[in-house]
Amino acid sequence: MLEAVPRIRRGVKCTYDQIREAHVVLFPEGVLVLNETAASVVALCDGVRSIGDIAVVLADEYSGVEPSDVAALVSRLVERRVVDVDG
Amino acid sequence: MAEAPFGLLAELTHRCPLQCGYCSNPLELVRREAELSTEDWRRVFDQARSLGALQVHLSGGEPLLRPDLPELVAHANSLGCYVNLVTSGVGLSRDRVRTLAARGVDHVQLSLQDATKAGNDRIAGIKAFDRKVEAAAFVLAEGLPLTVNTVLHRQNLDNIAGIIAMAEQLGAERLELANTQYYGWALRNRAVLLPTRKQLAVAAPIVAAAQARLKGRMEIVYVIADYHEAHPKPCMYGWGARQLTVAPNGDVLPCPAASVISSLQIENVLSASLHEIWHDSPSFNAFRGFDWMQDPCRSCPRKEIDFGGCRCQAFQLTGDAAATDPVCSLSQDRSTVDLILETEMEPAPVPAMAMAMRKMR
Ligand SMILES: C[S@@+](CC[C@H](N)C(=O)[O-])C[C@H]1O[C@@H](n2cnc3c(N)ncnc32)[C@H](O)[C@@H]1O
Ligand code: SF4
Ligand code: SF4
Repeated sequence: MLEAVPRIRRGVKCTYDQIREAHVVLFPEGVLVLNETAASVVALCDGVRSIGDIAVVLADEYSGVEPSDVAALVSRLVERRVVDVDG
Repeated sequence: MAEAPFGLLAELTHRCPLQCGYCSNPLELVRREAELSTEDWRRVFDQARSLGALQVHLSGGEPLLRPDLPELVAHANSLGCYVNLVTSGVGLSRDRVRTLAARGVDHVQLSLQDATKAGNDRIAGIKAFDRKVEAAAFVLAEGLPLTVNTVLHRQNLDNIAGIIAMAEQLGAERLELANTQYYGWALRNRAVLLPTRKQLAVAAPIVAAAQARLKGRMEIVYVIADYHEAHPKPCMYGWGARQLTVAPNGDVLPCPAASVISSLQIENVLSASLHEIWHDSPSFNAFRGFDWMQDPCRSCPRKEIDFGGCRCQAFQLTGDAAATDPVCSLSQDRSTVDLILETEMEPAPVPAMAMAMRKMR
C-alpha cells in the first residue's frame, strides 16, 4: 500500500473556501471540507509521489504522522472518488 | 444559525425540447417571459457563493436554451464554484461544448431515456437519441467527465442491462440509475410509470453484477424506488440543510419539488437576498432539524438517517407536509401507498404514449 501512487481524479477541483476558511475538494457528487492534515495530503496527491513519499514529506511538517494514517486517509479519498491510485 | 449550503440548483428555464412524461418539473411550468434575466442570475450566483455554496448545478428544463449560458458558466466559475451542467444533450454541438468547457464547466450530466434509439425517442417524445450519442462524444473530446442519468420506470426497467451497456459505450464515468420520484409530471403519470415488483426484483441483481464488474471504471449509483421500500429516502439530507433551488422565475425552494406544498410561503430572489431566505424565511425553517416532527418520527432513531423522508411526498399523499413520509412502514398512512401500488402497479394496460407529455419549448 505504501508504494501506491495517488492522484486527484479528473473532474475534481481543490480550492480554498474563504467562507468556511478551509480547504475543500469539489466533485460532481459533493463537497469535502478538509482539515489541515487532509489538505496537505490532498495537495501531495500529484500522481508522482507514493503514499510512503507523502508520509515522509508530512513528517517534516507535522509531528506524529504515521504512514498508516496517510494510507487510511487516501483510502477514504478513494472511496469518495476524489483520488485514484496506481500501483 | 443554520449551516451554510453546499450547492445551488439553478433551474435556468423550464423550456425544453424534450417531453419526458417522467419529468419532475412542476405541472405549472414557468413561461419564458417570467424567467430571470442574466443580471438576476449573476446576482443569485454571487449571493449563493457568499452564503457558502460551492457547487452550481445548471439545470432546468433544458439549460442550453438560455443564450446566456456561457456567460453564466463563466460567472459561476469565476466565483470558484464547481459547475455542473445537467442536460438532455439536445443542442450540445461540438462548438457549444467547446465554448462551455472553456468558460469553466467542470462536469456534464447527460440524461438518457432508454437503451435503444426507438425506446429513448418514444419516452423523450422527440428524436433525441442520436444527438445524445454525439453530445457524449463531444463532452469526452473536451476532456470533461461525464455522468449519464437514466430515470427508471415501468417502460424502461426491463432494458436495464442495455441501459448500462449504452452508458459504458458513451464513455460515462458514472451512471445514475434513478427510479422515478413522483413529483410534477411523474406524479401525474404515475399509473404508467410505477414499476412492478417483478421488474425491480429482476433489475436488482443485474445492477449489482454490473456494479461489481465495472468497479473502478464506471461507478453505478442506484436510486431506490421508494414506494416499494419500507423506509423513505433521506430527502435532500434534510430540509434547508445542504442545497437550495432557484426556479426559473426566481422562486427559492428548499427542494426542487417544494412548490407543491401550497401552505408554504415561497420567497423570491427579486424581493429578498438568498442569505435572508436561507437563514430567516419561514419556508426554509419550516422543517429544519427535528423539532417539527410528529410521532412516529419524533421518537424514531432512524430520523438521523432519513430525516423523516420527503416533505413534498408527505404533503402530496397525506395533505400534511409535517407528516411522516407515507412510504415509511411506520407511518399511519402507509396504506395509502400500498393502495396505490395495488391499483396502479399493473403491467402497462396502455402504451407509453398514454403519458401526459411535458411540453413547453
Ligand atoms: C429535470 S432534469 C433537467 C435537465 C435536463 N433537461 C435533463 O433531463 O437532463 C434534471 C435531472 O432530473 C432527472 N429527473 C427528471 N425527472 C425525474 C424524476 N421524476 N425522478 C428522478 N429524476 C428525475 C433527469 O434525468 C435529470 O438528470
Ligand atoms: S422533459 Fe426530460 S429533458 Fe426536459 S427537463 Fe424534463 S427530464 Fe429534462
Ligand atoms: S418513522 Fe420517520 S424517522 Fe422513523 S423510519 Fe419512518 S420516516 Fe424515518
